[in-house]
Amino acid sequence: MTESSANKPANGQVCHRVKNGVKPGRNGFIKNHHHYHHQQPMYCYPEDKVQHTACNGSSSLGLYSRPFIESFEETPMLVAVLTYMGYGILTIFGYLRDFLRDWKIERCHIAREREEQRDFVPLYQDFENFYTRNLYMRIRDSWNRPICSVPGAKVDLVERVSPDYNWTFDYTGKVVEGVINMGSYNYLGFAENTGYCADASAEVTMKYGVGVASTRQEMGNLDRHEEMEELVAKFLGVESAMAFGMGFATNSMNIPALTGKGCLILSDELNHASLVLGARLSGSTIRVFKHNNMQSLEKMLRDAIVHGQPRTHRPWKKILILVEGIYSMEGSIVRLPEVIALKKRYRAYLYLDEAHSIGALGPGGRGVVDYFGLDPRDVDVMMGTFTKSFGAAGGYIGGRKELMEYLRSHSHSAVYAASMSPPVVEQIIASMKCIMGEDGTTLGRDRVQQLAENTLYFRRRLTEMGFIIYGNNDSPVVPMMLYMPAKIGAFGREMLKRNIGVVVVGFPATPIIESRARFCISAAHTKDMLDTALSVISEVGDLLQVKYSRQKRLPSLD
Amino acid sequence: MRMDFKYLKEYLGWLYYQYLLITGIYVLEPWEKSIFNSVLFSSMAMVIYASYAFVPVHVRLALKFFSGICGEQPERTMALIN
Repeated sequence: MTESSANKPANGQVCHRVKNGVKPGRNGFIKNHHHYHHQQPMYCYPEDKVQHTACNGSSSLGLYSRPFIESFEETPMLVAVLTYMGYGILTIFGYLRDFLRDWKIERCHIAREREEQRDFVPLYQDFENFYTRNLYMRIRDSWNRPICSVPGAKVDLVERVSPDYNWTFDYTGKVVEGVINMGSYNYLGFAENTGYCADASAEVTMKYGVGVASTRQEMGNLDRHEEMEELVAKFLGVESAMAFGMGFATNSMNIPALTGKGCLILSDELNHASLVLGARLSGSTIRVFKHNNMQSLEKMLRDAIVHGQPRTHRPWKKILILVEGIYSMEGSIVRLPEVIALKKRYRAYLYLDEAHSIGALGPGGRGVVDYFGLDPRDVDVMMGTFTKSFGAAGGYIGGRKELMEYLRSHSHSAVYAASMSPPVVEQIIASMKCIMGEDGTTLGRDRVQQLAENTLYFRRRLTEMGFIIYGNNDSPVVPMMLYMPAKIGAFGREMLKRNIGVVVVGFPATPIIESRARFCISAAHTKDMLDTALSVISEVGDLLQVKYSRQKRLPSLD
Repeated sequence: MRMDFKYLKEYLGWLYYQYLLITGIYVLEPWEKSIFNSVLFSSMAMVIYASYAFVPVHVRLALKFFSGICGEQPERTMALIN
């Protein structure tokens, strides 16, 4: 295997490519305008042309038990130029259409100010609205597709047509059957309507009903909830855990309970919106470090400790580091051993969001901590969701007993939210027991292994085909770069024509030129399904000319 | 012969598809596509016509000018120095 600059082994010199095109400070305000004198990055392989390869010192020596291979191939220059040109052309036509709408030559289908609001502050004038109106609407048929079956490995879609270029949709009454589902976060394949988990949930529904319409602290506390929380704590290997009915609120309501004024939050620049919202609601100072870049994090930690709070120079009350296990748009895995080493060295707290990694990583499916073989007690706050791997809904927080007791009485979502629905709780219990092997079978462990195999196979084949694939080799989230705006729509449509359902991602979720398709591998995918999907992806890739990679790879024999 | 023609037609279709994707006009409505195409092709036609009509004249003039500088200048300057 050729050793390329973008493929970096973790032992020895660890290199990390800083993502280009992403400005630091994207999530949250950097309130304190210190000028960080960034150290000159040492280039790992000076003979290579990849310019954004900075090394992460030698502090990471021996921290990783297995190779940590993560690649972010640079955007080819020609592709970047053509992408900007495409957006330019579409923007010109957007202005033309806005002009026609403004002069009443064309009917406006989307919300706009009423006649009597003419002289008020314009509501629909900013770039996001322009983008929605003139770019997103044209390829809207690739998103929000209604489904009519369980979103397992295969899914049935409701067929729809648009008579007016995606402004409205009509349902034809037909169903597109057996679409291979490459878009659901169904990592372990627990999204099923038959089998052990579904039966258990149905049984509990008959016994408990679907909900109790009260909070946990009033009348909504059931024995199933207690059992689930104990099980979650056992699964994570922490002292205590608590569950919430909504994953997003778990982040956005618990961070304000943990930090406040006079605290510092160090947040990864690609953190999910729920973490960003939580951090902003907390009123703490937020500083953003470069994605998964330990040099940047260490610089900020050191700076925070040396300078203290702005103006007063008092020490920060708390420093909280917010990271995710797997980043859902990049497919990268957090460098947890280094984060924990830094956290211990600088006495900071660590909040780990395992929304995508719980169940999907590690030999026992216990997330990123298990994957690196670390001690769960080193992570102060373990957060995750039940929505993805467990095929249920809601989120959890795990950690020390005192922390849980504090959160139970201080977190908004613990105090005010309605308790979780018993069938959902039962689904969590059943699927978690299955993963832990407490049901007396190895089905759960098989699923975890199947997922790891599927991921490696799928990523390797895509790389061999010559696509630009982002992220870690072991991450089941596989982003494939498309770049050009027209290719987002074309890829979604061409794949659906060939009976594969994929998720394509464009501007608000990614930097404007880095549009991509994102495949989520599931343990429910059989090798046949993956092979079918791969051959179709290759065919569409040739049709759309998205095999951009310029790295030479030797196809392995299998 | 017929096979060649079919192949050519397919190839042109593929080329047009690539043009649609790269310029981004794949997502536009047909009337917008025709506006873009007509503007692009008419401006390209004008450029080609202009280069056909005016470039040879300019090239000839330029050649004359440069031969005037490079061809005869040295002798006169030599004479002046002498």
